[in-house]
Amino acid sequence: MTKELVVALAGNPNCGKSTLFNELTGGRQHVSNYPGITVERKEGFLTFDGLRLKIVDLPGTYSLTAYSIEELVARDFIVDEKPHVVVNIVDATSLDRHLYLTIQLLELGVPVVLVLNMMDMVEQRGITIDRERLEKRLGIPIVPMVARIGKGKEELIRAIVETAHRHPRSNQKFTISYGPDIDHHLHEMERIIAEQGFLVEKYPPRWVALKYLEEDRQIIEKGDLADRELSERLKAMAGKIADHIAKTLDTYPEAVIADYRYGFITALLKDGVVQRPSVTSKRELTDILDRFLTNRLLGPIIMVFVLYLVYTITFKYSELPVEWVNRFFGLLASYGARALPEGPLRSLIVDGIIGGVGNVFSFVPLIVLMFLCIAILEDTGYLARVAYMLDRVFRIFGLHGNSVMALIIGGGIAGGCAVPGVMATRTLRSSKERLATILVTPFMNCGAKLPVYAMIIATFFEAGRAQIMLILTILSWMIALSAAWILRSTVLRGPSTPFLLELPVYRLPTLKGLLIHTWERTWQYMKKAGTLIVAITVLLWALMSYPKPPEEVLNSIPPESHSQFELEYSIAGRLGKSLSYITKFCGFDWKINVALFGGFAAKEVILSTLGTAYALGTEDEESTKSLSERIRNDPHWTPLMAWVFMVFVMIYAPCMATLVVIAKETGSLRWSIFSLVFNTAIAFMLAVGMYQGGLALGLSR
Amino acid sequence: MSKRIIPMRQMEKGQRGIIHSIKATGELGRRIRDMGITPGTPVEIQGRAPLKDPVAIKVRNFRLTLRNNEADYIEVEVEDNEA
Repeated sequence: MTKELVVALAGNPNCGKSTLFNELTGGRQHVSNYPGITVERKEGFLTFDGLRLKIVDLPGTYSLTAYSIEELVARDFIVDEKPHVVVNIVDATSLDRHLYLTIQLLELGVPVVLVLNMMDMVEQRGITIDRERLEKRLGIPIVPMVARIGKGKEELIRAIVETAHRHPRSNQKFTISYGPDIDHHLHEMERIIAEQGFLVEKYPPRWVALKYLEEDRQIIEKGDLADRELSERLKAMAGKIADHIAKTLDTYPEAVIADYRYGFITALLKDGVVQRPSVTSKRELTDILDRFLTNRLLGPIIMVFVLYLVYTITFKYSELPVEWVNRFFGLLASYGARALPEGPLRSLIVDGIIGGVGNVFSFVPLIVLMFLCIAILEDTGYLARVAYMLDRVFRIFGLHGNSVMALIIGGGIAGGCAVPGVMATRTLRSSKERLATILVTPFMNCGAKLPVYAMIIATFFEAGRAQIMLILTILSWMIALSAAWILRSTVLRGPSTPFLLELPVYRLPTLKGLLIHTWERTWQYMKKAGTLIVAITVLLWALMSYPKPPEEVLNSIPPESHSQFELEYSIAGRLGKSLSYITKFCGFDWKINVALFGGFAAKEVILSTLGTAYALGTEDEESTKSLSERIRNDPHWTPLMAWVFMVFVMIYAPCMATLVVIAKETGSLRWSIFSLVFNTAIAFMLAVGMYQGGLALGLSR
Repeated sequence: MSKRIIPMRQMEKGQRGIIHSIKATGELGRRIRDMGITPGTPVEIQGRAPLKDPVAIKVRNFRLTLRNNEADYIEVEVEDNEA
């Protein structure tokens, strides 16, 4: 049996952590979560010298406090799962900030290997870093790297293996001074903790003492459970220090601790570790680019242009592959219809399974391109600029600049998916802003709604198709933002949380990173589609085919109306029919109702259900006439209806998968139910308004 | 040239200074410190968003953005050019 080493990858956001992870693990990785935000664990493997290295990518964090989900996940992994080595990757061009996390890892007493990433940039700027001196001062191995091109990878792997063997989790002690006001008391607290063996099975005593001073929620909670009396005593000691610091320094222990950590780093780097060229007048590329890209006038213009470009690329280049996919499944369906004997089995395979799978795959090309565009925006650093430029707008609606991320991933840019979008809200700290963002993210035009729009647009509108898509996108933003405002001034009232966002250096994304990113997301979609969507299409086929009307009733009506009657007689048909008493106010007949009902399962099912409804409802089952032609020939459908339908699809109840994620992310089924009811109610009201208004204006034809 | 202490909100684009103190406590205070904004650190205003808020700054050789009402809690020592 080969030995396995567990290696955790820790670092700030935007330091090249994902790049390093991809470089180390290549294609051999396992994501147990939707990408975009790596709060869940991302694991990968590599073998070296008969050893198996399990690399776990921790969420990117600036610190290791207990107040954000990411930081807690990272800290708990390091403490609970005891990785053999923690690889801390830092941006070598701004060591003074990145070492802040390093110091906290060292204080936690774990074996660390420090990766100085972006050494090419360091050299380019004429900065020199004395690696040996830094190694000696921190007491850990240091590996210089250029992760984007894999430079230094071999050396890193060797350092990992060596470190794992050298420290069987030894107690290498790393301490820094927190000044005369704290040091003495800290030492006293540390002594008591060590003596009593308080929480020592997991944490170093000095670290626990520091956490009591910092008033760390998680540790104090654990302490209360472990030994209430001692915990109270430590709290009292910490309180005394806090009082003293408040009186003498007009501040509080946590601030003093942070200042001393930075002070330590500054002193360390000045002490011959980092040498910068004396003249640094040369403007960096990022500063020059920002002058244009975030310019007061040019910035928003470029932003709109970039977003529009994403649509164009997504739509234009997916046209041909989508056609191929459609043709393939069309052929398959006609082959199936010819090869199989008439009966329920043929109907199941041709109408249920082939139809369902075909629709799932028909917009994979669309999704690949869209995810590729988003990955480029994320990896270049432009997405953070979008948040910067839009925050003032978002705040008006009670959201956060970071809400942009969730809304964009959820479909703010041509496609996306509400599932990862809802998960992307984990970057938001305030539960109220986060909840509001979660609840309005499903309003965005996710990738699954796109084929519905695309089909309707292609059927009813000859000119200006891209413009119609743009209108739909703007509309979805307006509705989402208004809904957010309503939520934040009613059920989710409360103050806003800190914005503070890093504007990363502009970088050219690596092809490998882009491909892995895009592939992961597309694969997640296909997995979800492959299982859930096909299964539900089949279920719906059953709902639409059964129960069968009795023979004698069928015999009493003309044969050409048999299929029609059978569908109306089915469970779905009856449901659609009874709902049409209400939905007639927005012009929806029972076929549309059935399709929308199918959309609860997943929005892409709307098309296949509509297709099945029309295919089952007409006589020529043999023909593979497209859905588009069928609805064009249905006098019920007018351009007005097309608009009402698209708007309703945009707004009404999120799909099942999204509802499941909402329940998971909010920790209660309540918000899923709320979302279901709230969204459908808004959609219905708007649809009725549009339809009745349109009719009043004489737009019926 | 004299020195004076002003809230970061009042600084202009391109102006430099040294962080003097951070008045924020709780979560905001923690976030500000996590990002490396501590007393004694040099800071430069990079610019403001198209709607004049938030503000983009450069500190410890990296760029970050914060809202004006957050910048109010950060006091900066600047050189007084008007005097």
